[in-house]
Amino acid sequence: MMATTMSVRSTVTARFEQVAREQKKTLAPLSDDLVLLDSGLDSLCLAIIVARLEDALGVDPFSSGKDAEFPVTLGDFIRLYEDAAR
Amino acid sequence: MKMPHVDGGSLWSSLSAAGHLSERALWGADASVTLGDLVRGSSLSGRLELLRGRSVLVATRDQLTAALALIELDAVARRLVLCPPDLPAEHLPFVAATAAVDALVSDRTAPHAGPPGVGTVVTCTPRIAPAAPERTGRYQTEWVLLTSGTTGRPKMVVHTLSSLSGAMRGARPSGDPAVWSTFYDIRRYGGLQIFLRALLGGGSMVLSSADESTRDFLIRAGGHGVTHISGTPSHWRRALMSPAAHRIAPRYVRLSGEIADQAILDHLRACYPEARIAHAFASTEAGVAFDVGDGLAGFPASLIEGQGADVEMKVEDGSLRIRSTRTAARYLGDEDRSIADGDGFVDTGDMLERRGDRYHFVGRRGGIINVGGLKVHPEEVEAVINAHPDVRMSLVRTRKNPITGALVVADVVLKSEPGAANGRAVTLEHEIMQRCREALSRHKVPAAIRFVSALAVTPSGKLVRHDA
Repeated sequence: MMATTMSVRSTVTARFEQVAREQKKTLAPLSDDLVLLDSGLDSLCLAIIVARLEDALGVDPFSSGKDAEFPVTLGDFIRLYEDAAR
Repeated sequence: MKMPHVDGGSLWSSLSAAGHLSERALWGADASVTLGDLVRGSSLSGRLELLRGRSVLVATRDQLTAALALIELDAVARRLVLCPPDLPAEHLPFVAATAAVDALVSDRTAPHAGPPGVGTVVTCTPRIAPAAPERTGRYQTEWVLLTSGTTGRPKMVVHTLSSLSGAMRGARPSGDPAVWSTFYDIRRYGGLQIFLRALLGGGSMVLSSADESTRDFLIRAGGHGVTHISGTPSHWRRALMSPAAHRIAPRYVRLSGEIADQAILDHLRACYPEARIAHAFASTEAGVAFDVGDGLAGFPASLIEGQGADVEMKVEDGSLRIRSTRTAARYLGDEDRSIADGDGFVDTGDMLERRGDRYHFVGRRGGIINVGGLKVHPEEVEAVINAHPDVRMSLVRTRKNPITGALVVADVVLKSEPGAANGRAVTLEHEIMQRCREALSRHKVPAAIRFVSALAVTPSGKLVRHDA
């Protein structure tokens, strides 16, 4: 279980870093309380991250759970994927 | 058939007729102006007369200066070309030539030349200078909006104040004065609608700014007491991801420009329980067709059957067709191509599917992809990919996305198989992406490239596009 949790987290953060690099955006230091909209990434970047995570993890928690709240922080975002991957 | 001009007058006279000018403001990110300031003043450095009867390109950095120029120049200029902020500079000469532009309104402080052949440059500023502007123009000014075309060159769509404000007749908001706002830029159809609603309905408006974060915009809009606010579903998803989403408490929330799915409608209902939430269908060419206020995705089939006086709709070959007084007049520079068919119906290209007693939007004909409210023509992206010497052909298609509604992805057939050496495929992908990033706007660059051995082609030799 622990291993899965860690790997979801590292998969998510790796995608943030990859997309920031590709889109030439300066990524804020990643921490759980980082507000996503303050991360330096715009909607298009977040959209690409969500698409790549669906390919990597096989889940899209935004489209599956209708009652899911939109994530505000990186911690919320990672939790969404950890819960969906469980 | 044609409806009369708004109150028979200019934008200035119509907004003046709504009264209370000194209490009504346009708030930009860095400056603000009250409509009362414009009674005995002008934003155009006293050079309004130079623009009379001209075809004017309004190419400002800021939305506030664009707003002021539009207010001052309707009925004075013969034609107003609204230059969106992200128009690539290389298209400017084409736009200027097509619209026979002979004057430029800019808000840059350093003097600069306009596009080739445009000698008259007038500076617009939010520092209103005393003047006795004569705004009783004679022109039914053409308002030219730019929208993306298949070749990458913008299509230029001609409206009048009358067609743009058609949806507002009899829709004057009741109660306290409205404070409108929108995430859109007012130089796009969706944003211009809100701007005109604010002005003609007697309200004020908070203008967004490309340089401002979603958080700062929401806090600023909340500070001005925004009551009516609009955006695309993608704008709203972004707003709901902001801790500042609760800094506004609107009475009216509007979505347009993209398919509003049930999830975003539910999220907005949960965030703004007091607000009336409506999703509207409109396009630059067809104009505003209808609003849906029942909180459900899609729209009641009865809207098609029960026709209003201003808008008639039908479904033909799966797509929504609209005939209305709010339809654009024509394309500039492409006069052969008509906006409406012989009966006056505009084919929106938006494909519908009937489920029970509702119609749902399922996508666009011709594979046009809508990324966060911005259109992408697959052919334009394919042309860039196909220019790579190792590419035989490519198919650009849509991939659903919960943040921007859709993303662009590409299937690519190479002239020779990349082979067992996987490194070649990685290099090629990198090269193709690089070309796309150099040649295309960000939202048009594929989020993913997949190498495939073949693409389906129809008997007539066209790529099979899985429409809608």
